[in-house]
Amino acid sequence: MVGQSKFRRTVNAMGLYGAILAYVAFALFPIYWTVKISVTPENLLYSEGIKLWPTHMTLKNYQTVLRASDFPRYFLNSMIVSIATALIVTAVASLAGYALSRFRFQGKAWVSLVLLLTQTFPLVMVIPPIFRIMGQLGLTDNLYGLIVIYTAFTIAFATFLMQSFFDGVPKDLEEAAMIDGCTRVMALRRIILPLTLPGMGATVAFVFTAAWSELLFALMLINSEDQKTFSVGLLTFIGKFAVDWGQMMAASVMALIPVCIFFAFLQRYLVTGLTAGAVKG
Amino acid sequence: MTAIAATALDEKWRRRWSAILEPWIYLSPALLIIATVLIVPLIIGISYSFWKFTAFKSQFAGLDQYRTLLTDEVLHGALVNTAWWTVGSLFFQFFLGLGLALLLNKPFHGRKLVQALVFLPWAVPTFLTGLTWSWLFNPIVGPLPHVFFAIGLQSEPVTILAHPSTAMWGPIIANVWFGIPFFAITLLAARKSIPGELYEAAAIDGASAWQQFTKVTMPFLAPTIAITVMLRTVWIATFADLIYVMTAGGPAGSTNTIATYIYVSAFKALDKGYASAIAVLLLVLLIAYALIVIQMRRVLMKDF
Repeated sequence: MVGQSKFRRTVNAMGLYGAILAYVAFALFPIYWTVKISVTPENLLYSEGIKLWPTHMTLKNYQTVLRASDFPRYFLNSMIVSIATALIVTAVASLAGYALSRFRFQGKAWVSLVLLLTQTFPLVMVIPPIFRIMGQLGLTDNLYGLIVIYTAFTIAFATFLMQSFFDGVPKDLEEAAMIDGCTRVMALRRIILPLTLPGMGATVAFVFTAAWSELLFALMLINSEDQKTFSVGLLTFIGKFAVDWGQMMAASVMALIPVCIFFAFLQRYLVTGLTAGAVKG
Repeated sequence: MTAIAATALDEKWRRRWSAILEPWIYLSPALLIIATVLIVPLIIGISYSFWKFTAFKSQFAGLDQYRTLLTDEVLHGALVNTAWWTVGSLFFQFFLGLGLALLLNKPFHGRKLVQALVFLPWAVPTFLTGLTWSWLFNPIVGPLPHVFFAIGLQSEPVTILAHPSTAMWGPIIANVWFGIPFFAITLLAARKSIPGELYEAAAIDGASAWQQFTKVTMPFLAPTIAITVMLRTVWIATFADLIYVMTAGGPAGSTNTIATYIYVSAFKALDKGYASAIAVLLLVLLIAYALIVIQMRRVLMKDF
């Protein structure tokens, strides 16, 4: 009896670790392959195309991308756009999420519904009108236009996230502080803000990654070389030099590094933050 | 005495007004941005669908373009493809995501590291996801065709992206890879919020692991599942980047979805009027779907 249960435990543990291993392999293999191509010398790119690791390794692609291309510029542009969008969205979504979490008011259900329905808007449908409006405002072909659009598209989901984070903070804490003579703003700053900081971190991470990887708008709105974001810049590797795969993958790996570090660091807040709020769904 | 009463009344009114106004003040930046950048362009976009745009002029076309929709063979193909693309991607994203969430809820060595690693695909830019998977499916520079050939899925190691019958699986697999973390994160959070006592009580009552899953876990996860599946469905259905990068709708239109078709109509064929008409169709379908799911969720929530 004991022996059998021990046997079953071992089988269960093996199944658990096997499944985990499968998930990790599935998640990492494509990223690994990108890295592999980026360090493969050009003459081995096709002859050793399906080898797990090339017989020679080179960092030449990285050097070329950093020294001889506009990539550093694209990278900087993407950084500016993504960080600005993430900060603006988190600030605006925190306010909106707070309102939806803490107040009962007429029209609340409608606000939630409108926010939700903005997620159904086909992106491609709003591009031509946005392009026209942005043109009139002088916002095409510069980074401000991108920041405005990314803000609008991520704000709904960010608001829901922040709402669930605020829901996770007991209302009593704030009310107690307000009875003790704090104004709402003071209560917010001293009690709510510190407790929802992980949630804000998670929202920043979510918005940052979304802005970092967006392609279609950036492609539509940006023409000049010095305003391109990195995803559009990567496309130029296809157009200009008859696809230099090694360089492209080297550029990709470098583009992945900040966003992966950022995300790996913040993903646990996403889970813990959502856990607190999930009860009320 | 009366003065005090008057100020008290004053105070009461002031409070009432601020209570009504306060949430709207907090909401206003978000609503303002959404109205100007999404809703106004959407309305203009809808109005485009009643106009025929040619190179030099535009003329009012009424419902003509909607009539064209009815007989557009390419669109009918794209509708079927959109259904496949959405259902296929969603099915695997959801079940693999749920599996991952339940795994990550168990204690094991190195769980924090594993969690950080398996969530990484979400951070990879879509464009890059598409390119990388195209490489993996390529028989000259990628391993997958040889793996498929070795296990007998394919009769020869060729890219699945080049054949109309298999091409859709390429973007779907890439999309599943990219989308698992979203479900895993949200469902893991929801699973962690279920009180442990419920499982203890169920175990005492002699419930098996399967019964605990169906009678405790699933009912608690249901509201989260409804909302995430809905959002995800909509995101996938309107998601053109991946397909555009990997197959551009081909071969022979076999991966052409409504989203890629709108994109091609608007920016390749430069027919933004017709593109808008197709987009309105997609929008109507998605809003109808969203409202049905919200209603279902409401009914579900009432049961608890």
